[in-house]
Amino acid sequence: MGVSSINDVREALRGLGELALLAREVFRGAVSGKISRRDLIFQLYQIGVKSQSVVLVTGAFTGMVLFAQTYFQFHKVRMDTATLAVVGVSMCSELGPVLTALMVSGRVGASLAAELGTMRVTEQIDALRTLATHPVDYLVLPRVLATTLAMPILTAAAIAIGIAAAYALGVFLLGVDPTYSWSNMMRYTFSSHILIGLIKSVIYGAQIALIACYKGMNCGEGAEGVGRATTEAVVYSSITILVSNFFLTMFLSNLLQPG
Amino acid sequence: MIETRELKKSFGLQQVLNGVNLRIAEGESVVIIGRSGGGKSILLKHLVGLLQPDSGEVMIDGEHIERMNERDLLRVRHKFGMLFQSAALFDSLTVAENVGFALRREANLTEAEWNRRVSETLEMVDLPGTENKKPSELSGGMRKRVGLARAIVYRPAIILYDEPTTGLDPIVSDSIDRLIVRVRDRLNVTSVVVTHDMRSARRVGQRILMLHDGKIYAEGTPEEIYSSTDPIVHRFVNGISEEKEGVLK
Repeated sequence: MGVSSINDVREALRGLGELALLAREVFRGAVSGKISRRDLIFQLYQIGVKSQSVVLVTGAFTGMVLFAQTYFQFHKVRMDTATLAVVGVSMCSELGPVLTALMVSGRVGASLAAELGTMRVTEQIDALRTLATHPVDYLVLPRVLATTLAMPILTAAAIAIGIAAAYALGVFLLGVDPTYSWSNMMRYTFSSHILIGLIKSVIYGAQIALIACYKGMNCGEGAEGVGRATTEAVVYSSITILVSNFFLTMFLSNLLQPG
Repeated sequence: MIETRELKKSFGLQQVLNGVNLRIAEGESVVIIGRSGGGKSILLKHLVGLLQPDSGEVMIDGEHIERMNERDLLRVRHKFGMLFQSAALFDSLTVAENVGFALRREANLTEAEWNRRVSETLEMVDLPGTENKKPSELSGGMRKRVGLARAIVYRPAIILYDEPTTGLDPIVSDSIDRLIVRVRDRLNVTSVVVTHDMRSARRVGQRILMLHDGKIYAEGTPEEIYSSTDPIVHRFVNGISEEKEGVLK
């Protein structure tokens, strides 16, 4: 293994360690109630409300595409009315949380990293510190908390609109029987599927905000540093979502045993 | 009192501070001069705990801060106000919100009292009536004044100035210098000014320290520094480049 590879591994481990320390500081701040309600509401609006349209469009079209593809296969074996059940289970436990998280990481992760990165290179974070304000309490805590709170709501909205759009496509365009479709979906989609999706979304929310804030607060100098931090925030949070999704699926499925 | 002992700091292979020893008494007005990139701002950031040294000590009123964690440092930083080179105003906030930032988070003031303190401080820096402006609407000199107002609104005991006149025209620079002197006299604070502007150093400093090769190379009153016969001090004070620097390649 070359020297540069060893350095890369060392850098990666250092980054993980710093991320863990940041998470600890955020937890400490949250437990000691060092959050301003005004800041939290503002961030909830910026992160949650403003991400709605993106998430709803993603949810609707994903639901419809999933329905269409499944229908084309199921129709051959006359299982048309089972299609919505597949969409329901997939949207609740996998596609809803993962696609919402990927969209939020693109929109919110990039914006958080760019905002905090710019504050860092223009010495605004240093200015905060000289004003006896802990940057984690003032900047990171409300953003992490807002993203963590907003994610399950956004995910629930994406799941609901995805299923609704799939239902509309099946019933009004493809002529699938509505009653049997709905009944099958209710029969095979369990509350544990929804719970798995919502638990995942909470974890993804914390991951996205923590990675983005970490990248922003530790970005390099100048416009190049901010640009790199923004890209890395989106790339790392997306990869983390996809990798952790596998482990969360295995863990939560065993724990909650849907079906 | 501010004191550093054998303060060392390097970035990669570059040794920026190489054993800085200084002592600044309460109420004193000290100017740190030195060449651009010589570590003046780095030294200033060590005094308020924004950077941690590789080795050496930093003491504020006898308390070691060089290894303090961020939360403990917050308590020490109540003693400090700092004006940054770029002013570092929070660009998402108005002038009033910038100036009253520390008051909003630290004290249980009524809205009327908060407004009064902010207006009073803005008047002290000759910027009355700018409360609702955004930092992007201000000129360089005005931004520095707002930065200074933000640093003094909670009446700190020590004010640090990082290149307060850099990038400003001579008239505005002069007004900032006067402001620094006025704040020092009116609030009776300890001032530490980092600059390479010798006119400014002469106006605001009671004592001048020259940082060279990562150490305090020379020290004295403005008159002593100006009349120094040491070649390095003499060249810096009079703005004379070394021959190799003056030759165009």
